[in-house]
Formats: sequence, structure tokens, C-alpha cells
Amino acid sequence: MRMSKLVRTGADLLYPFALIFGLYIVMHGHLTPGGGFQGGAVVATGAAIVIVAWAYEDVAGMIRKVTMKAQESAGLLLFIGSAALALGLGYAFFANVLANSGSLFGLSVPFGPNPGELNTAGLIPIMNFAVGIEVWGGLTIILLYLLSGLKKEEGT
Amino acid sequence: MNGFLVTHAPALLIMLPLIGAFAAPFIGKVSPKVRSAWVILIMTLTTLTALLLASDVFMYGTRIYVFGAAAPDLAVPLDSGGIPIRIIFTVDAMSALMQVIGAVCGFAVLLYSLSADRIHSGLESFYTLFLLMIAGIMGMVSTGDLFNFFVFLEILSIASAGLIAYRIDGGLAVEAALKYFVLSTIGAMVILIAIGIYYGEYNALNIALIASRMQFTLLDQIALVLIITALAMKCGSVPMHFWTPDAYSMAPSSVTAMLVVASQASLYGLFRVVFTLYNVTLNAMTVGWIIIILGVLSMVVGVTMAIPQKNVKRLMAYHAISQTGYMLLGVGVGLAVLGNQPLMDSFGYIAMEGGIFHIINHAMYKGLLFLTAGAIFFRIGTYNLNKMGGLGHSMKYTMIFFIIGALAIAGIPPFNGFASKLMIYESVFAFNPVLAIIAMVVSILTLASFVKVFHSIFMGPKLPGYETVQEAPVPMLIGMGVLATIVIAFGLFPQAVVDGLIAPAAHALADQSGYIAAVLGGA
Repeated sequence: MRMSKLVRTGADLLYPFALIFGLYIVMHGHLTPGGGFQGGAVVATGAAIVIVAWAYEDVAGMIRKVTMKAQESAGLLLFIGSAALALGLGYAFFANVLANSGSLFGLSVPFGPNPGELNTAGLIPIMNFAVGIEVWGGLTIILLYLLSGLKKEEGT
Repeated sequence: MNGFLVTHAPALLIMLPLIGAFAAPFIGKVSPKVRSAWVILIMTLTTLTALLLASDVFMYGTRIYVFGAAAPDLAVPLDSGGIPIRIIFTVDAMSALMQVIGAVCGFAVLLYSLSADRIHSGLESFYTLFLLMIAGIMGMVSTGDLFNFFVFLEILSIASAGLIAYRIDGGLAVEAALKYFVLSTIGAMVILIAIGIYYGEYNALNIALIASRMQFTLLDQIALVLIITALAMKCGSVPMHFWTPDAYSMAPSSVTAMLVVASQASLYGLFRVVFTLYNVTLNAMTVGWIIIILGVLSMVVGVTMAIPQKNVKRLMAYHAISQTGYMLLGVGVGLAVLGNQPLMDSFGYIAMEGGIFHIINHAMYKGLLFLTAGAIFFRIGTYNLNKMGGLGHSMKYTMIFFIIGALAIAGIPPFNGFASKLMIYESVFAFNPVLAIIAMVVSILTLASFVKVFHSIFMGPKLPGYETVQEAPVPMLIGMGVLATIVIAFGLFPQAVVDGLIAPAAHALADQSGYIAAVLGGA
């Protein structure tokens, strides 16, 4: 069932913003409230808006279950892989080997008030990305399965 | 290399199944055969890791693993004021024993499942959930952190619920899964409230730290009641058993065998809380009797409900409830005399050893029985006892495995059920003769029930319609054979098993100060 043109255009306009806002929350997970799960959920809401405004059949070709399933597993693998990274380097499982190392996300947090240093916290942002990717995929699959049951209304 | 493996074994036990689970959907894209090889590889590695860790723990004592620390044994950071702030896995002899049970059963069940579930669709998620279940069990029995225990309990519950609903079966399996899931979630929330109470009271989530600070105030008593109730529900003890028959009978047989192990993991959690978290601070006699009464109720109600069942898996599920009662009875008697050293030495430890020995025995023979039921279903497509008969002509090996399992559960020598039940009878008789008599009567009823089941499945002439029934496929027979071999081996050499595995586990469970010292050092 499609909604009116107004709603559909509104959903189209909102979708990129929902995506960007969700990814922003994922990316700033180690600095601001929120994180991988919340950001991924926001992205999945974007998909929900589009599916509700358009019909399931219109969206199914664009947001595909196979891709989302792959994304879910890939996110989880990235998470467990980054946890296992420490084992290879001789630390305990889940040790934050990147923090304060000077490499990726490896800067130390400066003392005192600051606008938020994105390039800090080591493995935590990477794990946030992993969880974000996973929740994006997982929640979207759940939505696709739930909303695929929507009946087409007669005569519209 | 060996040192590296042993040091990191507690983490590997979680990591290997998780990597296996998350990579399985990708690897399954190549071909189902490659996926089967992958899950077998992961499960073999997990089993080897569990055995390696267990051999180390039984030789050199408790091992801890601190997640995220610079070194895995750095439990208390120097600047934390003596508080272990990280998640710690504490693997003592009891945990190691449970890990071995989970790994060995998981391995046998997986071999069976690769053949039995091959014909179904949706296998890419099946093995992901199966390996998540293994990870959940491993985490629950290894963790030394209460909140972490809750997390792994939830992982286990969600994976199990998905697997119970796996064969939809006209919605019946989904209903069973929903029932299981709702009850599990309520149980987990109740546990979470109890954990919240501990955290509010002692500012800690680490089991060892809470144990060292335990006051047994009114709040602690409330938390104890909440945790015992929730975990007794999870392990299927009467009067919270009502989800077990549905879930056990509707799940695929391979999953049912794992659900038995999962309920043992909850039982482990219950014992860990009363023995390690509270130990002598609680009123051992009262709490011990509560657990004994739960056990006796489970034994009697389970077996009497099992006798009239027509569905072979429902029948076995009620027997599983009944057998859980034996474990609760044995360990409950041990708890009732905890703190009284002469009584503990004369029969308390034996009772605990009997209960713990029964856990491992039960996981093996009950898993075996569920697998034989699954093999029969695989060939004739029904669980209804009234529609079975004469299968002994065509399914000879399945029949032999069924006999082994049935005699073991009924406590007939020389199978493993006899050894553990004898220990429970003897020690419980010294505590209270009435309980021992009830236990024996329940055992006789179990035997009677299984004689009837055996007769209606395997005896008699070949029934019309079953002329073409063949023996179960070889991988399923291997899976059952692994469990049957353990059943017989444990029955033939019970003393070696008790001395080597069970007694250290029972003493580790009763030894609270040893557990605390392993984490906090000295003390």
C-alpha cells in the first residue's frame, strides 16, 4: 500500500538525513551519548519510514534481505575480530591495543574541556562501527520481515 | 604455543564458537558441504580447547582470565583500590567439568545434526544459532562476573528459542518457543533484579568480591530467593517445569539434546550462587532443605507425569525433569550440612559428588536418548508411541543405543546412571532415609516407564507401512556412539571418574575461600 505523494516525497527526503544522523551517532559513539546500537537503530528507522511510505514491493529491490544479512554477519565478525586482535599482539582478549598508540584512533585525550577529539579511544570506535553495521542490518531485516506482511489495500 | 593456548583457553572457548557462528552464513554461501566442514572444525577446536583447559585446571588449580587487561591474569589493577573492575572468567574444577560436558555433548550432537537436519531448509541460521548456544553455555559456566552471567544466559535463551521454533510444525514449535522465550526472559529479568541488589549493596559485580563481602542481610535473602527461583525455572525443576515438555518435544532432537546441557548450565549457576556467593553465610539447613524439596518434587512429579505420555519426546522430557531432581537432591544434601565438617566428610561431599556426577551422566545418557528418538523420527516421521512398533528388526543399532540410554537412566549397572545414583542413595540415606527411599522408588518407576517405551517402539512384528524403514545414517550413529561410549566407560570405571573429575569439582564448589583467593589473591 502506498501512501499519498506528499508522504512519499517526505520519506524520500528524510531517508538520507536519517542515514547520516544514524551514522553520526555511530561515529561519535565514544564521545557523545549513543553508540553503535543507537545509531544502527536510527538508520534502520530510516528504512522503516521508506517502507511504510512506499510499498514493500517498491522497496524490496532497493533494500535487499541478502545484503542486510551479509551486513549483520560482517558487523559481528568485525566486532569479534577486533576483540581477537589483542590476542595476536600478546594482550588479553578484548584489550584495547589501539588506544594511545598514535595510529588509527590512537591519540590521547587532551586534559580539560575540548570540543571532542574524534581520533581517540582506540578500538572502541571500531567496535561501535561493527555494532552499528550489525544493528543496521539486523533491525532492517526484522522490519522487512514484519512489514512484508502488510496487505495491499483494495482499490488504491 | 601450548602455554599460549592454555593461558587464553577461557577466552578461546567463547571466541571460537562466536567466530564460527558469525562466519557460517558467509561460508555457507560457498556450499553446504564446506559449511558442515567449517562447523565441525570449529566444534572440534572448541572441544580440544575445553579438554586442554580442563586438564590444566585439574592439575594446577583454578585459572582466571581477565578480559581487556594487559595480561590475562591481572585481576586487580594497581590503581583500582583492590577492586577487580574488569570482566573476569574464573575457571575452577567445577567450571572446567561443565565446559567439558558442554563441549563433548556439543560435538556429538553436531555430528548427529549434520546428518539429521540436512533435509531441512534455513540451515545457514541453524548452525549460527547452534554455535551461539555453545558460546552461551561456555560463557555461563566460566564467568566469574554476575552481570556477565546474565548476558550469556540471554545469549543462550535467545539462541535456544530460535532453535526450538526452527521446525515450525504448524505453529506448534513456534508456540513452544514463545513460551520458552517469555519464561526465560522473565527469569532473566528476575536475575537482573537480584544482580542489581548485589550491585547496590556491595558496589561490585564480581562473584569473588561479592562473596568476600557477603553479609546475608534481608536484601541478600531477597536476592537469593529471586536467583534460586529463576534458575530453578531455567533448569526445569518442579513447580516451574511447565515449559520443558513443550520446548523439549517441539525442538529438533539435536537441539533438545543441547537444551539438556543448557539446563545443566543453569543448574551450575544455581549451585555457584549458593555455594560460592553465599556459602556458610546463609542458613545452610533451610536453603539446603528448600533445594532438597525442589529436587524431591521434581523427581516424583516428573516421573509420574512421564508414565502416561504418548509422545516419546514429551515422555523423555518429563524424565529429564525427574533426573534433574536427583542432582538437586544430591547437591542439596551437601548444602544442608555445609559448614558442619564431620557430617560433610561422612556423607556431605559424597552427596555433592553424586549430584555433580549425575549432571555429567545425565547430559550423556539423556542426550543419547533424545538422539535415538530423533533417529526414529528421522525414519518413520512420528513421535507417537501408539503408532510405533517392530522397529527392532530394522534399526538394530538405534535399538542398542536406546537400551544403553534407558538402562543408564534407570540406574542399572554397569551403566553410568547406576554409579551416580548409588552415591546419591548411600549419602542421602545417611542424611534422611525417607529421601533415599523416594529416590529409589522414582528410579524403579523410571525403569518401568522405559521398559514400556522400549517394548512399544522396538518389540513386536514389523508393522505395515514400516517394511522399508532403514537404519539411521552413519553420522547420526557416530554421534550417538560417542555418547554411548562415554555412558558405558563412566559406568565401568566410576571410581576413576569420581576421583579424577568429580571429587575435585565438588571440593572446588564447596571451597569458597579458594575461589575468592584465586581472583583477589591471598585473602
